[in-house]
Amino acid sequence: MDHREVDPSFLSLPLDELARVALERAAERGASHADFRLERNLYQHLAVRDSALQGVSDVADLGFAVRVLHRGAWGFASGVALSAEEVRRVADQALAVAELAASMTTEPVVLAPEPVHADATWVSAYDVNPFAVPTGEKAAMLIDWTARLTRHPVVDHAAASLQQVQENKYYADLAGTRTTQQRIRVQPGFEAMGSDERAGTFDSMASLAPPVGRGWEYVTGTGWDWDAELAEVPDLLAEKLRAPSVQAGTYDLVIDPSNLWLTIHESVGHATELDRALGYEASYAGTSFATYDQLGSLVYGSPAMHVTGDRTVEHGLATTGYDDEGVATQAWDIVRDGILVGYQLDRAMAAARPELNGGRSNGCAYADSPGHVPVQRMANVSLQPAQDGPSTEELISQVERGLYVVGDKSWSIDMQRFNFQFTGQRFFTIENGRLGGQVRDVAYQATTTEFWGSMEAVGGPQTWVLGGAFNCGKAQPGQVAAVSHGCPSALFRDVRILNTDDEAGA
Amino acid sequence: MIDNPSPQELVELALSSSTADDCLVILEDRTSANLRWATNTLTTNGVMHGVQVTVISFVRSAGGTATRSASSSATTRAQVEALVAQADAAARASEPAEDAAPLAADEASPDWAEPPVGTDIAVFGSFAPALGEAFLRAGAQQRLLYGFVFHEMTTTYLGSTTGLRLRHVQPTGHYGVTGKTDDLARSAWVGGATRDFAGIDPLALDAELATRLGWAQRRVDLPAGRYDTVLPPTAVADLMIDTYWSAGARVAHDGQSVFSGRAGGTRLGEQMVAPGTTLFSDPAYPGLECTPFVVAGASGNTSSVFDNGLPLGRTAWLDDGRLTALLQTRHSAGLTGQPVTPAIDNLVLEVEGGTRGDSADLVAHVERGLLLTCLWYIREVDPQTLLLTGLTRDGVYLVEGGEITGAVNNFRFNESPLDLLRRVTDAGDTVPAFSREWGEDYFSRTAMPALRIPDFNMSSVSQAL
Repeated sequence: MDHREVDPSFLSLPLDELARVALERAAERGASHADFRLERNLYQHLAVRDSALQGVSDVADLGFAVRVLHRGAWGFASGVALSAEEVRRVADQALAVAELAASMTTEPVVLAPEPVHADATWVSAYDVNPFAVPTGEKAAMLIDWTARLTRHPVVDHAAASLQQVQENKYYADLAGTRTTQQRIRVQPGFEAMGSDERAGTFDSMASLAPPVGRGWEYVTGTGWDWDAELAEVPDLLAEKLRAPSVQAGTYDLVIDPSNLWLTIHESVGHATELDRALGYEASYAGTSFATYDQLGSLVYGSPAMHVTGDRTVEHGLATTGYDDEGVATQAWDIVRDGILVGYQLDRAMAAARPELNGGRSNGCAYADSPGHVPVQRMANVSLQPAQDGPSTEELISQVERGLYVVGDKSWSIDMQRFNFQFTGQRFFTIENGRLGGQVRDVAYQATTTEFWGSMEAVGGPQTWVLGGAFNCGKAQPGQVAAVSHGCPSALFRDVRILNTDDEAGA
Repeated sequence: MIDNPSPQELVELALSSSTADDCLVILEDRTSANLRWATNTLTTNGVMHGVQVTVISFVRSAGGTATRSASSSATTRAQVEALVAQADAAARASEPAEDAAPLAADEASPDWAEPPVGTDIAVFGSFAPALGEAFLRAGAQQRLLYGFVFHEMTTTYLGSTTGLRLRHVQPTGHYGVTGKTDDLARSAWVGGATRDFAGIDPLALDAELATRLGWAQRRVDLPAGRYDTVLPPTAVADLMIDTYWSAGARVAHDGQSVFSGRAGGTRLGEQMVAPGTTLFSDPAYPGLECTPFVVAGASGNTSSVFDNGLPLGRTAWLDDGRLTALLQTRHSAGLTGQPVTPAIDNLVLEVEGGTRGDSADLVAHVERGLLLTCLWYIREVDPQTLLLTGLTRDGVYLVEGGEITGAVNNFRFNESPLDLLRRVTDAGDTVPAFSREWGEDYFSRTAMPALRIPDFNMSSVSQAL
């Protein structure tokens, strides 16, 4: 199989035939819009602990969904048996649900227009499909990783894992759009665990490698130097176990992309989803402080802050050709010179605020399975570097007393995206512009606009890394989505640092 | 010929077509229905049906037993046969498993031959029109309603070449409604779990929200600090689920959790929290009934495919404040020298003594303090102490002289749930309690008391409304 072609076993499914049945049924019954998705998502997860394979799971999620807009209300139903009879039954079910919903819908749903994309095909950028690699080879790689880690005397235990996804989607709607897509993503990782008997403490140090929209080549070294990281982590863990506990207070922070991506995700990515800002997630994930009335005026952060939404960046986890409403994906500004200038949109959100993006969705509809309705999900939301900007070392040199924060760990933010608290893998002291040793028990806590307002400088393109997550949760029923966030290193002034031991009352 | 086999036929087909030494099949037939709304109008909704088949093959050799699982949506014989071939081939190519153990054998559920039990949108037959009425009433009274209802029926069939033929029907349902004043300045939440939506009245939920929003007419801003705090059962459920998920025996034995002994091994037998505290799971607990046998599609730190079908009974994790069990597979039980105590899909906390009654009864004894509604975005900060952080949400109320006198700003907290159970000064009756954070997607079957904690650590103020 050519690695940039859609998997023939997916193409052999009765995609067009079942779509025709669903859409004809919806049209006969008077739906103003109808779409049909047939998806097959393959997942494989390997887990290794201390050189032993703990488990391998192979999961395939195959099914279809029919979504209709009827009498101004949504109706959605899904099924798994790929027969015309079942598709017709599920289409009828979706229409029945819309009938029920119409009686309780006080604001009719309207969709922003989108050009028809007939017979479009898109495949993500990867070299080697991980599902084509023998599982034994993959297990051997992870076993080798844990063996290399536990050779170091400080490492008591080591774990490694590899999550792989092949996502195939076929989409068709009444307007005539037909898209067929394939995306590959991988999430390799490892963690070394150790203890200090004298102090009675234990700790861990995990890989900083982000999940990416790449193939098996990422695990073997394209885009990440695994050998170097496996070699350095045990020594870093040993240092962390011996490190002094941080003194709570206010510090300047230089934050590495391996940590900052998650702060962007939580405090900018989710806060600029228009469905949240308009209240559609209020009872679950929450709303947003970045309300629509502040578009163009909200000072989100310092003038150094330039954030984009982008569903087109190569190797991004949210990158795709067309979203789950048949919209061609795009890139746009969200925060420019520190000011809120844009939101993430699906077709209903774009129609609700037609002055945005020329009245068109910017392609943020996504469903994580054939059993779920598409909802407005996050694009790759990234902080842009400063052209000709400083290196990380140059940022550190600007700090008299501070911390250099590396790697993500714990994260939490309130339901309007004001107050957050994050920890990390490693916190190094900075004294008079020079990097010192690690400290332990650190968390940073801030309010979103104060934090981004305190960002004095961002690093240059040489510091920029595309981080991300496989497991962003949203919606009801709950869905997960994979999303990337690129950022440079950045310098923040006067951020509150907590000592987590003190917080625990230890 | 239409290929429309029953679940039992698919299970038998898989078992008979496997060429492995043993084979185990888990078939889950799942149907669900949901309604979601915001700003007094319905937003999304749906009905879903899925059939997931997991085939686990076991291949014995001189070195031990290798195993692999393959799982897929499958409704036809051809799909199941392909899945069996995939699992068999993968098991043959695998190394022996570290958790190998004899498979359970010769157990059959009396209802094995019964078809799956489903649900559909009709489960909201009385709820939906009343919700429409609630929208109208709330709108007329300047309130906005946001919420979600969900009902699911999962029928699980577990069959094996060793003679297991087990079936379980699991209803799961929940509701949650947030009410806001139309200026969005005040917010309240009510929610709970239900097996069938009988008696769940949206008008009554709206009335409760109206009462709570009324409590918030007086707004008091308080700084961060430690407060005498009443945690309602829903907030206690949030915290106890995290505790339960941290109770894996393997990780504790490896010295990597709050349940690890400082001198090695686990803290089993140690007095961890206040005497009179019992945290347990019981598949037969009235109203929280759940699967009475192990179902494991893959092996990991707290599960083993070899344990499939093992019977589950009442297990006390904390008994009179002592740590009495951790989540054990047979493999981890062998490592730790402890009884086999697999995970169970419900959780109950009982605290002896105290005022009893509900949150209001505990509030009546508080001179000045806080009453929470629920917690949100809870994450582990430090596994060594099980320090958690998170936020209050949708109603923190000021208590003065035993009465609610207003609403307070939200807070970020930093606390360890085990430490809280050491510091409890008052407790209510154990009642069904739905975790706001974890109940919807992961763990809805919990029963908890309200707890009073004299010095709950509100680490900072959250401006969120």
